[in-house]
Amino acid sequence: MQALPAPLRPLSYFWVSFRRTWMSTLSTTFLTPLLYLASLGAGLGALVGHGQRLASLGGQDYVSFVAPALLAATAMQVAIAQATYDVWGACNPWSGAYRSMQASPISVGQIMTGHMTWIAARALLACTLFLVVSAAFGTVHSPEALAGLAVGPLTALTFAAPLAAYSVRARHDQPFTVVFRLFMLPLFLFSGTFFPVSQLPVGLRYVAYALPLWHSVELSRSLYAGKFGLLAGLGHLAYLAGVAGIGLVLARRSYRVRLSR
Amino acid sequence: MSTGTRVSARGLRKSFGDFTAVDGIDFEVRAGEVFGFLGPNGAGKSSTMRMVGATSERTGGELSVLGLDPSHDGATIRSRLGVVPQEDNLDLELSVSDNLFVYGRYFGIPRRELRARIVDLLHFARLSERATEKVDNLSGGMKRRLTIARGLVNEPELILLDEPTTGLDPQARHLLWDRLYSLKQSGVTLVLTTHYMDEAEQLCDRLVVMDKGHIIAAGSPRELVDRYATKEVVELRFPAGEARRALEEVDGLARRVEALADRVFLYTDDGDETAEEVAHSGLRPTSTLVRRASLEDVFMTLTGRQLDD
Ligand SMILES: Nc1ncnc2c1ncn2[C@@H]1O[C@H](COP(=O)(O)OP(=O)(O)OP(=O)(O)O)[C@@H](O)[C@H]1O
Ligand SMILES: [Mg+2]
Repeated sequence: MQALPAPLRPLSYFWVSFRRTWMSTLSTTFLTPLLYLASLGAGLGALVGHGQRLASLGGQDYVSFVAPALLAATAMQVAIAQATYDVWGACNPWSGAYRSMQASPISVGQIMTGHMTWIAARALLACTLFLVVSAAFGTVHSPEALAGLAVGPLTALTFAAPLAAYSVRARHDQPFTVVFRLFMLPLFLFSGTFFPVSQLPVGLRYVAYALPLWHSVELSRSLYAGKFGLLAGLGHLAYLAGVAGIGLVLARRSYRVRLSR
Repeated sequence: MSTGTRVSARGLRKSFGDFTAVDGIDFEVRAGEVFGFLGPNGAGKSSTMRMVGATSERTGGELSVLGLDPSHDGATIRSRLGVVPQEDNLDLELSVSDNLFVYGRYFGIPRRELRARIVDLLHFARLSERATEKVDNLSGGMKRRLTIARGLVNEPELILLDEPTTGLDPQARHLLWDRLYSLKQSGVTLVLTTHYMDEAEQLCDRLVVMDKGHIIAAGSPRELVDRYATKEVVELRFPAGEARRALEEVDGLARRVEALADRVFLYTDDGDETAEEVAHSGLRPTSTLVRRASLEDVFMTLTGRQLDD
């Protein structure tokens, strides 16, 4: 058995912790999209255009329109939950996770990248489950959707990195509920997830274009439908990667400030 | 740094904002010795240990650990170091053996090898029976034992123990002393802090006493006793609260006198003679004890009677 290279060593911790709770974790990651798709597909989808393809939805039926957006939103939710409570918990006494990594050859920078890698992996897992469920609902129209899985980890990093930069220095965990209510929920609702952004008033439409989740949703949607456009696609990728990149730089700094005292 | 030196510090400083916790200290830890840091609460011992452990960046001065600079070679230093922090940083949600396993993996120890070491460490920590139990369910002393065992998982050549025996029962303490002694025999260098003077006297080849970020004394336990304490001490016991009044009466009977609420200490070179003089002075303590001076007396002399409050 080979020894793990140092940057991957933090994963041992997350993996062993995950093994303890994977049953409950996986069942919620599996059940949530299933419930969404069932209610939106059988319920709302029947109301919106009676399951027909609609020009206003880019020539798709409603479930097929919503499913790829939910994939992106799933990645976001996984990332936000982990980058708030889990990151915060990992530097607190009852966990000792970061503190004990620090006593080992793992560097503070590697603690950060290790945790981000884990969050990205968790998002990939959640998105894979989602893809399987949504395929069962007949919403996957192209093998390109497999490439859409990559949207998961990228989206996760886009949200996780800047949030982790905040959480690692947070003194209390109360602000996290604010993150969920005032940040995640509006993003979830107004990023072109449940209706096309073109339905929004012009001013708000431009706000939506600035939302990272909108870019993830657009990417995921184009891949599900087999309509990946190179220019637009690269644009979305660049935007997400840009936010993730800035987030990682900020996180690196925050981790150092918090952990190197 | 000479070849026999494992840690060397020159003008080492650590500040937290405006506050200076470690204020320019010099010390050297030699290969194969047990080196101790003593000092009252807040003296800067743990801050120093964390800098030596390459987890806390120094604010100033020079520091070399295993011949390397912690600012540049932190990872290499930590890979050869065993650390037992003052506060246990175990994962309470994980099992006893998972805590050891995960920690070992941080050091890149291959699984098979690690499994074997874990068996030995569990045995040493007397936790073999509780291997699969959540750490949260362990008693305080058991957690402490696990933290200590975990610090040995990478077979370190230098071990930093910050108050390792706080919270341990007498058996566990003696087991740890035995283990530390045999580690020392096998060439491992040990640096420890403690508030137990008997422990320092037993274990440490050399030690320093810190106070308010400074080193105020350094030497072997014997040297320190010779230098800072008199040969003997006369301890007079009084009903609580009366000792301080008695202090005035015995002033002048010994080289130095000091009082707690219920006790007066007279530092003298001839205890019996001093005790005699006390008896003639008309003072009626509830008991009188003449004993040889110990490290505890050195400590009290150097830092005032405030150790552990
Ligand atoms: N992270 C920190 N931020 C601010 N101040 C700190 C920090 N860590 C330690 N200090 C301060 O530095 C001083 C020295 O603390 P340190 O923990 O080194 O003392 P110590 O000698 O280990 O004491 P004890 O015997 O109580 O463990 C204390 O006044 C403490 O409050
Ligand atoms: Mg301390």
